[in-house]
Amino acid sequence: MLNQLKNRFRTWLFRPKVEHGTVTLTQRRIFILPTRRGLGLAVVLVLMMLGDINYNLSLGYVLTFLLAMMAVMSMLHAFRNLAHLQIRAGRADAVFAGETARFVLHFHNPSKLPRYQLCLGDNAGHGVTFDAPALQDSTVTLPLPAPRRGWLQAGRLKLHTEFPLGLFHAWSYLHFDTRCLVYAKPLPSAPLPPGNAPEGTGKHSIAGDEDFAGLRNYVAGDAMPRISWKAFARGHGLQVKQFSTQVGEELWLDLADAPERDNEGKLARMTRWVLDAEAQELRYGLRLPGSELPPHGGTAQRDECLRRIALFDLPHAPDSLNAKDTGTSQ
Amino acid sequence: MNTRIIYGLLLAILMVIAPHADHLPLWLSSLCAGVLLWRTYLNHNGSALPNRWLLMLVTLGSAGGIALEFHTLFGREVGVALLILLSTLKLMELRTLRDATALVYLACFIIITNFFYSQSIPTALYMLASLLVIVSSWVQINAPGIALKPRLRIAAILLLQAIPLTLVLFVLFPRVQGPLWGMPQDAYASSGLSDQMAPGSLSKLSLSDAVAFRVSYSTQAPGREQMYWRGPVLWDFDGRTWTQGRTLAPLPPQLTELDQAIDYSVTLEPHNRTWLFALDMPDKLSIPSQQTYDFQLVQKAPVRARLRYEARSHLSYHANLHETERNLKRALQLPAALNPRARQLAAQWRNAGGNDATVIQTALGYFNQQGFRYTLEPPLLGFHSVDDFLFTSRQGFCEHYASSFVFLMRAAGIPARVVTGYQGGEYNDFGNYYIVRQSDAHAWAEVWLKDRGWVRVDPTAAIAPSRVQRGLSAALPDNAALPFMARNPPQWLNNLRLNWDALANQWNQWVLGYNSERQFAFLTRLGMESITWQKIALNMLFALGIVISLFALFMLRHLLARQPDPVQLAWLRLCRKLARAGLPPRASHEGAQDYAARIGALRPDLSASIDDLAARYNALRYGNLADEPAQHEFIRRATALKVRRV
Repeated sequence: MLNQLKNRFRTWLFRPKVEHGTVTLTQRRIFILPTRRGLGLAVVLVLMMLGDINYNLSLGYVLTFLLAMMAVMSMLHAFRNLAHLQIRAGRADAVFAGETARFVLHFHNPSKLPRYQLCLGDNAGHGVTFDAPALQDSTVTLPLPAPRRGWLQAGRLKLHTEFPLGLFHAWSYLHFDTRCLVYAKPLPSAPLPPGNAPEGTGKHSIAGDEDFAGLRNYVAGDAMPRISWKAFARGHGLQVKQFSTQVGEELWLDLADAPERDNEGKLARMTRWVLDAEAQELRYGLRLPGSELPPHGGTAQRDECLRRIALFDLPHAPDSLNAKDTGTSQ
Repeated sequence: MNTRIIYGLLLAILMVIAPHADHLPLWLSSLCAGVLLWRTYLNHNGSALPNRWLLMLVTLGSAGGIALEFHTLFGREVGVALLILLSTLKLMELRTLRDATALVYLACFIIITNFFYSQSIPTALYMLASLLVIVSSWVQINAPGIALKPRLRIAAILLLQAIPLTLVLFVLFPRVQGPLWGMPQDAYASSGLSDQMAPGSLSKLSLSDAVAFRVSYSTQAPGREQMYWRGPVLWDFDGRTWTQGRTLAPLPPQLTELDQAIDYSVTLEPHNRTWLFALDMPDKLSIPSQQTYDFQLVQKAPVRARLRYEARSHLSYHANLHETERNLKRALQLPAALNPRARQLAAQWRNAGGNDATVIQTALGYFNQQGFRYTLEPPLLGFHSVDDFLFTSRQGFCEHYASSFVFLMRAAGIPARVVTGYQGGEYNDFGNYYIVRQSDAHAWAEVWLKDRGWVRVDPTAAIAPSRVQRGLSAALPDNAALPFMARNPPQWLNNLRLNWDALANQWNQWVLGYNSERQFAFLTRLGMESITWQKIALNMLFALGIVISLFALFMLRHLLARQPDPVQLAWLRLCRKLARAGLPPRASHEGAQDYAARIGALRPDLSASIDDLAARYNALRYGNLADEPAQHEFIRRATALKVRRV
């Protein structure tokens, strides 16, 4: 009962609802409490006061009062350091699982007062510290770990400051509907599945890997057997042998073709396939249980494939919001 | 930790411990200076901090040194020394934010300890300067990247905002009269009168121009030669030193006033002794005190803080007309077998006939006519000190004259005693009060006459009348080693000094002397009735609330104030210009394009330029405002447009 009331009070006080667009930090949204150092100062001031009384130090009274009143005023300054900032969420580009997602937020400081030492962070202690100069926009990137595929919600973020004296902790909660798409983590290497003939005349046994077409620079994720060790020995650095595929050849990337037993393993291999297929400028299609993407080439195809793999078989994965894939509504 | 933060903290610590340098043991001051230099060097080179064990060793070693120096590890002086030692060494292990914050708090504490030694106006100003340095370091600890200028600005703003609030608190915070625990230690007082008098004790005191007390008269001030400030009365003589001797019977003294009372208030500087000073002869005092049978005013506890009291005195009086036999006997005692020639001289005067008054006159005449000199540097006296003085050296300061005069009187059978205190005082025109300094210390004699009681006789006045009339500097030759200010400094310097003293006096009365009693008096004068501490506290909270709300209002309004947009301003100026030229003014709802069209229809000659301006205005206002060259171009054109009246 008490807990329920407490929760309702918190809900009412902190209003943890998701927001869109630009948020202005009004007085209603800023909370302030003394820090441990602030409480420490209070103890120091009480000790000073006792000394002043005992030794009848008039100037001691003056100093004690000055410090106390500076502390009180620092509360107003901490509050003002957040007040009337305008914040809107920006894009967060998709990343692979295990990488760091970078949520971008735009801060606008409409006043002539520079804001110092603002900290933006999440509950788990990841955060970033920055200043917001007067009359300027500043773009802040909040790095958050992205451990799993699917949508990564920024969740409720906390913007806080202890400027100028560290005696008071002023904070405000920001809960934007911003999210970052996290692709499945690709396998380090995996050979592509055999290609298919365009007309569907059954399996073709041309291994497109056999017509040597030239060398290109190595990029991370290229298969080891394709590295041209001869070229490396000649001092040309790491080069990868490229093999032409016949024009019009289409590659179907099918979850069923992945040899792994578990879904996550299969998806990791699929992700590798998509990356490799795109790197080799193939036309490829994607086949997942319940969805099929016709073959095509190019980054748009790659992104869509990766997206479908990332969101495959996830509960509540909202996949109809194409326009809001990686950003937020404005 | 950032090197710039370390420099800031080094400066802060240096500023707070510097005033302590002269009352700490020399080795400790040098150690602290060494540690500060070492830390600066490490910081400059970016070297690593020393090993913790080494620091521990230095700390324990120095604490041991302090224990040896002061013979204890408890008490005020030791506490101050330890605090300074620890805060300086703390600089050597500054690693986290918490360390830095702790150091800042320590620095504030050290400022307070400095007030044990001085609470003058310069100390207060120095406190503000130190506080500015401390707060700006404090801001830097919390925002390491901030530049010096905004940092100082924020620190100064915090300090300036705190000052009016502090004023409110200072006046209205309910005061509690200390002490809360223990016995307060001796005040940090410069030398003052002692309870004995030996040759040289007063002349040494004359070299100090420290203030002993300040007096302001509420009735007509007496002449300077009448201002004898009575202090300890000395009865017993051992041939060299006069002492108070055993305490007198606790009888109330008898005073018969012969003239109008003089009322005045005295603000006494702390001197760590129990006696108070008042004009000869004191009658009443506003604070609890005891008047001994020889008219000394004595308090139970030593005067350890500045003390203010009202007093009433009479300049003509009969004091103790019925003196006890015991005391009269005591006032005739002399050490046996000393100073035979002086005794002989006194006996000679006594046998010449005449009464006591004649003997006194003869003695004063002797001093006046036998070539005695008034000097700060008398030659040393031998075993028969009075004989040596009277017949050989004939040079002395007031203690020599008082001592030998009383000796002669006793030898002649007239009861006499030595009175010490101060004589005279300097009038301060700017504050309408008198300053009595240590250099005004004086000793005189009192003799008991049958029909007049105790009568003051000042033998010094017989040799150097200017001493009592115009002060020490007038009575001494120009080359005497007097403190600079006890001489006659140039007029402007003297005025400056008196102005400063008047200011210091106000400071002492109103800032340093502001206690619960003064608080009640002040608030009553402001019109507060039936004062209780609860009422004061409520008023304080109310006043604080008002001032803080005003600050909050100002700070947040200032934050919200719109930045004037130069483009819009230029457009509005243009509209006013058109209106002044007799064209219809723009309606407040009217857009730029519409207004331009309306003007264009009325004045075809302006049509082209006004259309152009309206188009530019719209593009800037609703398009890209950040395009600065376009803004300047628009403003230039809008200002340049000439509108002639038609």
